[in-house]
Amino acid sequence: MGVSRVYLDHNASAPLKPEVKAAMVQAMDLVGNPSSVHGFGRTVRRAVEEARAHVAALAGVKPAQVLFTGSGTEANNLALRGFPGRRIITSAIEHDSVLAAAPDALRVPADRNGVTDLDALGRLLAEGEGPALVSLMLANNETGVIQPVAEAAALAHAHGALFHCDAVQAAGRLPLSLAELGADLITLSAHKIGGPAGVGALVIAEGLEPEALIRGGGQEKRRRAGTENVVGLVGFGAAARLALEELPGAARLAELRDDLETRALAAVPGARAMGAASPRVGNTSCLVLPSVPGETQVMALDLAGVAVSAGSACSSGKVKPSHVLAAMAEDTDTASSAIRVSLGWDSDADAVERFVAAWTAMARRLVRQPAA
Amino acid sequence: MNSLGISKRPQDTRVVVAMSGGVDSSVTAAVLREEGYDVVGITLQLYDHGMAVQKPGACCAGQDIYDARQVADRIGIPHYVLDYEGRFSQDVIDDFADSYLRGETPIPCVRCNQRVKFRDLLNTARDLGADALATGHYVRRVQRSDGGGELHRAIDPGRDQSYFLFATTQEQLDFLRFPLGGLTKPETRALAERHGLEVAAKPDSQDICFVPNGSYAEVVAKLRPGAVEPGEIVHVDGRVLGRHRGVVHYTVGQRKGLGIGGIKGEEEPLFVVRLEPAQRRVVVGPRRDLARAVVSVREVNWLGPALGPDEGLEVEVKLRSAQPPAPATWRLGGDGTARVELHEPQHGVAPGQACVVYQGDRVLGGGWIAGTAG
Repeated sequence: MGVSRVYLDHNASAPLKPEVKAAMVQAMDLVGNPSSVHGFGRTVRRAVEEARAHVAALAGVKPAQVLFTGSGTEANNLALRGFPGRRIITSAIEHDSVLAAAPDALRVPADRNGVTDLDALGRLLAEGEGPALVSLMLANNETGVIQPVAEAAALAHAHGALFHCDAVQAAGRLPLSLAELGADLITLSAHKIGGPAGVGALVIAEGLEPEALIRGGGQEKRRRAGTENVVGLVGFGAAARLALEELPGAARLAELRDDLETRALAAVPGARAMGAASPRVGNTSCLVLPSVPGETQVMALDLAGVAVSAGSACSSGKVKPSHVLAAMAEDTDTASSAIRVSLGWDSDADAVERFVAAWTAMARRLVRQPAA
Repeated sequence: MNSLGISKRPQDTRVVVAMSGGVDSSVTAAVLREEGYDVVGITLQLYDHGMAVQKPGACCAGQDIYDARQVADRIGIPHYVLDYEGRFSQDVIDDFADSYLRGETPIPCVRCNQRVKFRDLLNTARDLGADALATGHYVRRVQRSDGGGELHRAIDPGRDQSYFLFATTQEQLDFLRFPLGGLTKPETRALAERHGLEVAAKPDSQDICFVPNGSYAEVVAKLRPGAVEPGEIVHVDGRVLGRHRGVVHYTVGQRKGLGIGGIKGEEEPLFVVRLEPAQRRVVVGPRRDLARAVVSVREVNWLGPALGPDEGLEVEVKLRSAQPPAPATWRLGGDGTARVELHEPQHGVAPGQACVVYQGDRVLGGGWIAGTAG
């Protein structure tokens, strides 16, 4: 495979931005523990707090409202398990880290366009007894469909429920504000916005206190013990700052994505895009090539040098069918024959060109193949 | 013509290698990669490893998948894991359980080759634009001058796996390659070491992959709760000799573990002669009652010369994987059946096992043993 590769899997993890990397390299020279009393400690502490301020700005909150975690998954776990005694309601299309953190949660279905059914949410809120916690993502990781978060939050609050929003796939792609969304809790992750993996944050409304999942030292105001991952946090801060600055440029990605989608669908009769009738974040396209398993498409495109994904992979690399597409699809074939193409800051017209060529060649080969 | 018999340069020839994580398929991939082929490794997730070892919470993938991935990484080829749990369960495990409950002794590995590896995986390989699918089986594919492939025994008779591949169709054979068929196991291990593969010393897999401790009956009992029922052990002369825990615990020809001891005054050892699942009966008798001269087979796969109705072909047949071939006359019947007339009666012919047909080293096909007659 001597050909250069094209990376169109930003929703899995975005490449580290060069400015972020530079900031992290510099942070590697910092000495000491942010909790230490001495001057070294104070210097490192300042770096962590600067990062916190940048992340806070991205979410439209005060720095004190940002609690750093080791991942978006950990932040989701903290949001869902940090307020015990509440019955939990989530959408059926949440990320695994939400679904698995609340295995007994009630699930709100999504419609065929990938949008969570607010009437169903209202019924579940009205039917149940006792305080609830509602969790709804802002942008779906597989389809990019934007969920009616502000409406859902208002509904939740009208029933006295807390409201959590997993905004991991929306950050840097949509304007983000805790107040405007009406959310009590927001999850963010660094590596989806060009920062490093292994760093996330839970943004918390003032006056709200989650119960710690990890106990130990007094870091993060006793809500998340463990010495801070300073280099990672500095990277997160830099990535958050850039994401906010570059937000006006998100339209460029939407144009690229639309171009990719239009051409891919035009080249292959029968192919379609899931969730395209709904408002979506500009970087994501979920393409269906009927009766060709998504995993076969991912392999074929990978061998052609184009990286995309299908479903979600477990540590063995085995691909599970997508619960998101199953929740919105009319039949199982559609759910199992979709791939996710996700663009990002380093994507350009050439990447689109390469994808369309590889996808078209693959589809022609597979469609010509007689069914066995 | 390259070493795989394909008219392309190796670097332009895409070969999918079915990698199990064992030494044989690992060496297959390494050897082809060294020859310059465009090698793609695929490992099939066939069953939930955590379920098989009965450790809830264990990863769905066993060590073998990680080993395969390590090897692929080491030799520098792309590697993918495909989830075939659903089809494996349906096409192999269900068939295994049902066959046992019919009083047969099934060979799930043949079903797996026939229905999973050489059908579904082979189609996926074609979808990926591959020119061939290679496996680590010890069997040879001999290319005829007309381009078609013949199936032949491996060079190493101790390793030959041709018995398990009788159901390979001509169309599959034309796409398959078996680079290890000309090697001995020590040669394979030496190659694994030369390529620095960590699996070089890995022990050969034993038994059936989804039966962790070789306790087939236990697996059947778990798959078909309530279907494994105790019954009587009966002598061919009608005497009831004892009780058994279920016919699935027995196979035709079995002598040990009957739990009935000898019969006073009779010196002859007793063998399982047949299983009668409907009556829940295990029938035992002396060795002479095992002798069978005619075997009927079903689901025949035929790679040999065209035969007229009732035309006999002189062949050798293997009725068990570990048994030497026996001379016989082979006659194809209708509906995928065939009749095998053994020149010398054979002992311990078990329904559910394969009857594989040879002429010398060449495999002409075979079928599943459906019934026998004295």
